[in-house]
Amino acid sequence: MTTITPQTIQAPRHRGTGTRATRVVGIATIIMIGWLAVFGLVISPADRDQGDSVRIMYVHVPSVWLAYLAFIVTAVCSAIHLIGKRHSLGVDRVAGASAEIGVVFMAVTLVTGMLWGRITWGVYWQWDARLTTTALLFVSYIGYLAVRGLEGTREQRARRSAVIGLLVVLEIPLVHWSVRLWRSLHQEATVLGTDLDVSLDGLMLFSLFVGVVAFTLLFIWLVLHRSRTLTMIDLSGDRDLDAALASRRAEGGADRV
Amino acid sequence: MNSSPTSATESVIDIQGLVVVLGGYPALAGADLCVARGEIVLLSGPNGAGKTTLLRACAGMVRPVRGSGQVLGFDLIAEREAIRSGVGMVGHRNGLYTDLTVEENLRFWGAMSGADSDEVAAAASAMEVDGRLASVPVGRLSAGQRRRTALAVLVVRRASLWLLDEPHTGLDAAGRDQLDDLLRRATLSGATVLFSSHEADRAARLATRSVRVEAGRVEVGDG
Amino acid sequence: MAEVSRFSVSWAVLMKDLRIERRSRVMINQIIPFSALVMVLFAFALDATNILTRVAPGLIWLAVLFSMIVIVQRGFAVESSDGALEALQAAGVDPSAVFWGKWAALVVQLTVIEVLLVGAAVLLYGVEIRAIGLVLLVTTAISATCGLAAVGTIYGGLAAGVSGRETLLPLLVLPVASPVLIGATRAVEAALGTGGTTISEGWPWLGLLSVFAVTFGVAGSFAFGPLIEE
Repeated sequence: MTTITPQTIQAPRHRGTGTRATRVVGIATIIMIGWLAVFGLVISPADRDQGDSVRIMYVHVPSVWLAYLAFIVTAVCSAIHLIGKRHSLGVDRVAGASAEIGVVFMAVTLVTGMLWGRITWGVYWQWDARLTTTALLFVSYIGYLAVRGLEGTREQRARRSAVIGLLVVLEIPLVHWSVRLWRSLHQEATVLGTDLDVSLDGLMLFSLFVGVVAFTLLFIWLVLHRSRTLTMIDLSGDRDLDAALASRRAEGGADRV
Repeated sequence: MNSSPTSATESVIDIQGLVVVLGGYPALAGADLCVARGEIVLLSGPNGAGKTTLLRACAGMVRPVRGSGQVLGFDLIAEREAIRSGVGMVGHRNGLYTDLTVEENLRFWGAMSGADSDEVAAAASAMEVDGRLASVPVGRLSAGQRRRTALAVLVVRRASLWLLDEPHTGLDAAGRDQLDDLLRRATLSGATVLFSSHEADRAARLATRSVRVEAGRVEVGDG
Repeated sequence: MAEVSRFSVSWAVLMKDLRIERRSRVMINQIIPFSALVMVLFAFALDATNILTRVAPGLIWLAVLFSMIVIVQRGFAVESSDGALEALQAAGVDPSAVFWGKWAALVVQLTVIEVLLVGAAVLLYGVEIRAIGLVLLVTTAISATCGLAAVGTIYGGLAAGVSGRETLLPLLVLPVASPVLIGATRAVEAALGTGGTTISEGWPWLGLLSVFAVTFGVAGSFAFGPLIEE
């Protein structure tokens, strides 16, 4: 007969969610973002056609790449949670934290994309491939987060979310494929042009690279903090459980003499 | 008499120290239960005591957070799938399709279980939902008739352990007597019945043994 | 319980759903009128016959999607009203077999809706079906329907039952179904020759729709079980 022991959560040694790891990553992030600001705003050249507004790209493009990274992390964690023998709740927490941050990055992508389009061409939205795909996936992952919030035991919610997390990640290539094919068929001669894409020279490319590194570090930092916060929420829930168990037993015992 | 059977008959349920958490709340706070084949055991206790959760745990429907046990010889934690096919649970809802007739519902379950039309007919007559009743849509049946249809499904499925959550609720006196009768007959055909009720006195007439559930634990009961 | 083949289980579920529909006539009395109404509302909103003819393929598939939401909600409401799906689960019935049964029922219902909507488009929007486009039209409908039915069944199972969840269904299904909307619309445009599109432009979309259908069909048969667990 199997006897279960519940998954015990290691209580963090300090009050907050910060550790040496997050401090190191945090400092690296600040440095890289500083670099990005310098390169993006000052050193890299303005575009021939778009002028200075092209600098939004240094936030817009890394942001969308990191959103995709976040969703891949969510999918991988979902898979690990389902396949692993322990069905680790910690892995599920990372999946949730990653998705939340991915959604935030997607929102940043959408807003910067709209600003970029507005400044450059006077229109907020053009149904270009990237923005459309981003918008669709943004809504899809909001749906994922809504599923994470459904009622149930921790194990049920984790399992359900993991399944949905894997289903949602299947959408990414399909949405990409369909939107790309769709936009490629629309060779309409508009004054506005097609994608918000710019021909990149060496320095711009390097600045973009700096942006990606900076955002990756930012992502890691955020995920570390957020998943630890989720851990602490679960931990306080466990303490409540033990207290509730004790009081429930006392409830029954009070009748007996 | 105490909470476990005295003779060394084959135990259909044998669980210890079960803790089940629902929405952060410990619905079961360390329950022990032992039921032998052929018994009709009553789970009595106030509302909110954990009777429903205990039944669902025995049905393999909830995953316990702590504890161990066996139902129908299968491990309660590791082999929940196997438990489910041998157990029949009827809760507050009957699990029927209200647009379909009694017969159509039973035939559906017959197809699920590999039972042929003779077995289906026999199940209907065993639970007294044959004849005119069989072609009435379930939505138009009385509570008692629906309950008996749900039990007929258990017969079609050849479930050997019947877990019934307050089966007498909503039935009139005649309906309860009829239900008791049918349940006794079912145990004669080899089923074991574990049922709950918050009317201990009346339900005790049916039960061979009674067990009290309170505050998520099983207390020592009376015979 | 005796061993029953998964196909028998799926078949029984399919027949059961069709039987419920025949008895209750919800499709005929409520959902089909709803779909027709949607087509009429589009006409009110767009108000110009040449535009309607031009965008008819898109409107048809939009109406299919909206109708599917209603059909799926109905299809799972019958399962949760008396706890029937839970009873199936409690009995240890193979969830993937149940998935395919409900999938098949949804395919049947969607096909009925699609045929009627195409008819409505011919009547109301002045759409003309050309013979050379018929193969593309039919194959598009088949692959799109298979994909939509898979997605509808998966998320329908998740959103069913517990109150406060049904409103989740459109939010979950519609984004997932958008590749189908895009692909099926473009393929039907090619089949009908709307806006000067040629038939050959439709076939790439059929590839997309088929991949979608296979992907979510396979995913669904694995995902359905965990998702319907209470």
